[in-house]
Amino acid sequence: MRAKYALVTILVLLITTTIAQAQTEMADTMRSNGKIYVVVAVLATIFAGIFAYLIYLDKKITKAERS
Amino acid sequence: MRSWWWKILSGLLVGYTIIGGLLMPVPRLDILNETIRNLYFHVPMWFTMIVLFGGAFFYSIKYLSSGNLKDDIFAVQLTNTGIFFSILGMLTGMEWAQYTWGEAWSNDPKQLGTALCMLIYFAYSILRNGIKDDEKKAKISAVYNIFAFAMMIPLIFILPRMVDSLHPGNGGNPGFKPYDLNSRMRLVFYPAVIGWVLTGCWIASLKTRVGLIRFYKEEKALQSDFEK
Repeated sequence: MRAKYALVTILVLLITTTIAQAQTEMADTMRSNGKIYVVVAVLATIFAGIFAYLIYLDKKITKAERS
Repeated sequence: MRSWWWKILSGLLVGYTIIGGLLMPVPRLDILNETIRNLYFHVPMWFTMIVLFGGAFFYSIKYLSSGNLKDDIFAVQLTNTGIFFSILGMLTGMEWAQYTWGEAWSNDPKQLGTALCMLIYFAYSILRNGIKDDEKKAKISAVYNIFAFAMMIPLIFILPRMVDSLHPGNGGNPGFKPYDLNSRMRLVFYPAVIGWVLTGCWIASLKTRVGLIRFYKEEKALQSDFEK
């Protein structure tokens, strides 16, 4: 009898914790349909541009230092 | 480009943070939800600011002991870049607070401390622009910079820790403590900090080099005037 009760409590606990976890809203749909990759691509492009610009400036300043 | 390896490294690290920071799994926490990822982008701004202001502090002391105007150029450009990163940190923090705390400005002790710190550094640039003589400008601003850095330590590191803050991980707020920045988050957070600090140093070095070029040019012009 006792073992049964213990089993039931453990089951209930497990179910409630999984429900509680699922209730914390995260951008799951965006991940499941792959749209998140669009966001990553856009941000990566912007930062690639900024870094390319920094490299360009660095080269230009090096040239100015030599002259 | 001289000694380019750390510049490439900074680009790779920041690029990795953007991809990993958005795609790697994070703990599911109430209130924070997906904004927990802000840790990868907002916090490194402050780390970068502190490193840059630390560099400015070092060069201010160096200027006072050497009297070399080149050290002053280093100090100024490091401070300017640090101010730039502090503005970025403040803006990203306020954007985040608008959606998690409900309002962009809630007089949180950390917000107030950093706002005061920023005002002190704004006053630095105003003070500099108000003095005409180069030597005097460099000397006064070096002394002020040392004072500003000494004020930043209690404002950012000590006072906010003596009271409760709304920030995650402070005063029983949901944060990274129980999961202690769980090891998967560290995998992105540490590279983010290193990458952004290196990027900040790179930007500061570019500005310093422009300042040095201008300095040498002026010196040359003065010399040729003298020879006439």
